[in-house]
Amino acid sequence: MEAAVIEAAVQWVLVCKTDDIPQNGGGCVKVGNEQIALYNFSRRGEWYATQNMCPHKQQMVLSRGMIGSTGDTCEPKVACPFHKKTFSLLSGECLTGEDYQLKTYPVKVEGDKVFIGIE
Amino acid sequence: MMNMSLQEPKTVVVVGNGMVGYKFCEKLLAKTSAYNLVVFGEEPRHAYDRVHLSEYFNGKSADDLAMSSLEWYRENNITLHLSDTITEINRTEKTIHSQKGVSQPYDYLVLATGSSAFVPEMPGVEKDGVFVYRTIEDLDLIQRYAKTSRKGAVLGGGLLGLEAAKALIDLGLEETHVIEFAPRLMPRQIDSAGSAMLQAKLESLGLKVHMNKSTSSILGHDNIKGLQFADDTTLDVDMLVISAGIRPRDELARLAGLETGTRGGIVVNEKMQTSDESIFAIGECALYDGMIYGLVAPGYEMAEVVATSLCAGERAFTGYDMSTKLKLIGVDVASFGDPFVTEPDSRSIVFEDTHKGVYKRINISNDGKHLLGGVLIGDADAYNILLQTVNNKIVLPPNPEDLILGARGGEANAGAGVVSLPDEALICSCEAVSKGDICSAVTDLNVTSVEGMKKCNKAGTGCGGCVPLVKDLIHETLKANGTYIKNVVCEHFEYSRQELFDLLKLNNIRTYDDALDHFGKGDGCEACKPTVASILASLWNDVIAKQHTIQDSNDRYLANIQKGGTYSVVPRIPGGEITPDKLIVIGQVAKKYGLYTKITGGQRIDLFGAHLSDLPDIWSELIDAGFESGHAYGKALRTVKSCVGSTWCRFGLHDSVSFAIEVEERYRGIRAPHKIKGGVSGCVRECAEAQSKDFGIIATEKGWNLYVCGNGGSKPQHAQLLATDIDKETCIKYLDRFLMFYINTADALTRTATWLNKMEGGMSYLKNVIINDSLGINKQLEAEMQGLVSSYHCEWKEVVESPDLRKQFAHFVNAPKEKDPNVAFDTMREQVKAKDW
Ligand code: SRM
Ligand SMILES: Cc1cc2nc3c(=O)[nH]c(=O)nc-3n(C[C@H](O)[C@H](O)[C@H](O)COP(=O)(O)OP(=O)(O)OC[C@H]3O[C@@H](n4cnc5c(N)ncnc54)[C@H](O)[C@@H]3O)c2cc1C
Ligand code: SF4
Ligand code: FES
Repeated sequence: MEAAVIEAAVQWVLVCKTDDIPQNGGGCVKVGNEQIALYNFSRRGEWYATQNMCPHKQQMVLSRGMIGSTGDTCEPKVACPFHKKTFSLLSGECLTGEDYQLKTYPVKVEGDKVFIGIE
Repeated sequence: MMNMSLQEPKTVVVVGNGMVGYKFCEKLLAKTSAYNLVVFGEEPRHAYDRVHLSEYFNGKSADDLAMSSLEWYRENNITLHLSDTITEINRTEKTIHSQKGVSQPYDYLVLATGSSAFVPEMPGVEKDGVFVYRTIEDLDLIQRYAKTSRKGAVLGGGLLGLEAAKALIDLGLEETHVIEFAPRLMPRQIDSAGSAMLQAKLESLGLKVHMNKSTSSILGHDNIKGLQFADDTTLDVDMLVISAGIRPRDELARLAGLETGTRGGIVVNEKMQTSDESIFAIGECALYDGMIYGLVAPGYEMAEVVATSLCAGERAFTGYDMSTKLKLIGVDVASFGDPFVTEPDSRSIVFEDTHKGVYKRINISNDGKHLLGGVLIGDADAYNILLQTVNNKIVLPPNPEDLILGARGGEANAGAGVVSLPDEALICSCEAVSKGDICSAVTDLNVTSVEGMKKCNKAGTGCGGCVPLVKDLIHETLKANGTYIKNVVCEHFEYSRQELFDLLKLNNIRTYDDALDHFGKGDGCEACKPTVASILASLWNDVIAKQHTIQDSNDRYLANIQKGGTYSVVPRIPGGEITPDKLIVIGQVAKKYGLYTKITGGQRIDLFGAHLSDLPDIWSELIDAGFESGHAYGKALRTVKSCVGSTWCRFGLHDSVSFAIEVEERYRGIRAPHKIKGGVSGCVRECAEAQSKDFGIIATEKGWNLYVCGNGGSKPQHAQLLATDIDKETCIKYLDRFLMFYINTADALTRTATWLNKMEGGMSYLKNVIINDSLGINKQLEAEMQGLVSSYHCEWKEVVESPDLRKQFAHFVNAPKEKDPNVAFDTMREQVKAKDW
């Protein structure tokens, strides 16, 4: 039920082609005036999207960060290139002990087209 | 707690929002939310880390030093009044009054007013240029005044005085003096032999130390001009920092009729209660058993005692260990337990090395069983474990001198020592975390790193002094639990960098994914990706940009990232030599792309503030003019500095510029565990500062001397002599072997100096490998180096020429022509500069 409600509120925006984002890396896409970091976790066949701004020093750089995983559950994460604070790609939570929180967005791939869900 | 919530919540008022007042709030909130908390602080800022105050001069901001965010107070419903001093306590009405006119009733009152710097009464203390060293505001004033001062002095040679003196040196004063009344430095912590060694070390740092000096007045009109001493001598200075001790802030308590000590301090019992049972005093203002505790750890324990009592728990303060380690960068100083006991109450073992500037003394009980205390100067690595040995009355080994002798067995001993500690041993005194807490976090909660431990129980988050011990404990517990530990790269690769290097080489692995599939697990992270990337580059010298998503921040875009998200461009200028034409091109490119230009410390030119999407165009123009990448972003050869040498200099013995260029071009682009720098000087005057580099070459009458493993940076270390009077060919041969041996065996992010420091056998071992081929690997090392040298390519050229690779340099993948609109610059001296963050 809940999922359906969310689904309905989301508007899917075509942002780029799959090969615009490097494998196991990220790129930044512009949606209106918003900067969104989009990650192609090709090793796992997964896509994620978060705000591009690192909350630590308000820098527009998370798309240039390194992605990877941590822990037994292999939680996917991104590390900011500036001071290596890391964030969960699933929840947006900061994994390096601070109270930062990233906004995350749903991603959908159809063929070679990548869509981001905007509320 | 239950019954309380039925009634009106009781109010706890805290006077003083310093370190201990803050910690009290934190501790109380961790136990209960049943109280209404109100805090008054006289300073304009909310509580900050005074212990690390000096780091304010090394770039930490007031925000970085804050103990918590302002939101934290809000989220926890604490009413916080800042810049408001409490001036009166009305004990009958149980109400306090503030300077700004706030009246606040209390059920319990906690005085955490700390202390102020003690300023002796002497004529002239009111003059401009006389400071104390206690608050961020004090530091701001000192910093501003230091800009126009040449000579400074610190009154007081104690722990804080020396810290203030180091700060004056760092602020760039030409001369810094320390004036001490006693016959030795740090008289409360160390003995006279230790003090003499410390004095020698400080003097080598540039401090001028005056002992047995009693200051009688401060000279000058409005501004301080000098100091007058009782022995009729004077000293000219432009500024003075007084650090002659602390004075507990008991004025408020005194006014309210609470019992105070004759020499200051609010008298408290073991529950931290003052003579009024609903008023407590904690931290540096509290006088317990005739003593003021001027350190943060005992203050935190006092906070814990009060927080516990307010929750109806039982806890008593019973005194606290006053052992300390000085944070003065560049000189280790520690004192622990009883540093001064002598015969006939104990026997002492003393180790002294005047050459290295190391002095260690340990005091042992007459029966040889227990450690009572000691002093460490010049090398305080053993501090933590020795302190634990005293505090936990651990029975000493048969040869207690092993505790302080030689660095060789040191590490093994430290590890073993940790195991013998009892479970209740307090490891992190700031956060009161015991050995038992740490070991059970490892065993029961699978915590395996210091970072994890910090999150789990806050161990190591206070002053940070216990971090090495926490690390040892995690290590030893894992080992005891049967987990095999080594210096592994990260959670994804259970190998050391050296093992991984060999595995990837033997198995001809060429991509990160292959490495992970064969030898790792999970999906990798920001630790193993750059490490593997660096190994692959050292092994195969392939185009970096082809696997750009595994490269570290700067390597990914072949440029250093700056504040604001722009990048810098550093073309190679071998040996620092450049033609006028090339200088013009740099100027033109900088103008065209709006870049800030600066001559670097490495004898070349850095162009800052380039948009990501401009990088390929900028490099394309530079490459057309004959430039190539300078690898300023890579863990690779940076620069080989040169002095002008025999072509122009009247002292030059050989052509140091030509040799520097030859060496720089030979090793350019080679990836290593960390960056590598070199220098070539034309004679012993050493204008190229070659001895501060990873390798340094200095001309002699007969040839060249080769030095290796030097370092600038935060822990400077001189390079050591590897070979004397060798010719150029031999020099290059040794360098090939040395560099390749380093690349093959060092841990990730380890400079050559640290690599050598960790090497068993040290320099003599290294010499044996490089010169006498003791491992029989030199042929191989030379061949490997030759392979790297021959496969050199300019990686920026590869990018500029490949449309695919160029595509990676866009800010928006769906609008590659657009620049990041958030990038903004300020101007300064006619050039751009990054906006502050
Ligand atoms: C530009 C320059 C300062 C300047 O304006 O002069 C500089 C700038 C940076 N240095 Fe440096 N260092 C510069 C000379 C030095 C020197 C002096 C020298 O080489 O003679 C040192 C001390 C000598 C040494 O390395 O032993 C130096 C010691 C460091 C360190 C500490 C290394 C250490 O072992 O402790 C770092 C941090 C690191 O590498 O981890 C660092 C890191 C940095 C970085 C790369 C920080 C970063 O990651 O963003 C700075 C950014 C540069 C940029 O954006 O382009 N820089 N840096 C100098 C560039 C030299 C060049 O032409 O390549
Ligand atoms: C440069 C420096 C280095 C140090 N290094 C170390 C170290 O390495 N290790 C260590 O253990 N300790 C160190 N210390 C000591 C440590 O900082 C103190 O022990 C600790 O700060 C004491 O905490 P406190 O809360 O009792 O006092 P403070 O931190 O001084 O806080 C008291 C606060 O109360 C305020 N206040 C006072 N009276 C009133 C009033 N009437 N109304 C409202 N507010 C009031 C004050 O303005 C102040 O903000 C260092 C201190 C300095 C200055
Ligand atoms: S250039 Fe070097 S010394 Fe200067 S701020 Fe950057 S890293 Fe620090
Ligand atoms: S700006 Fe991202 S970690 Fe500091």
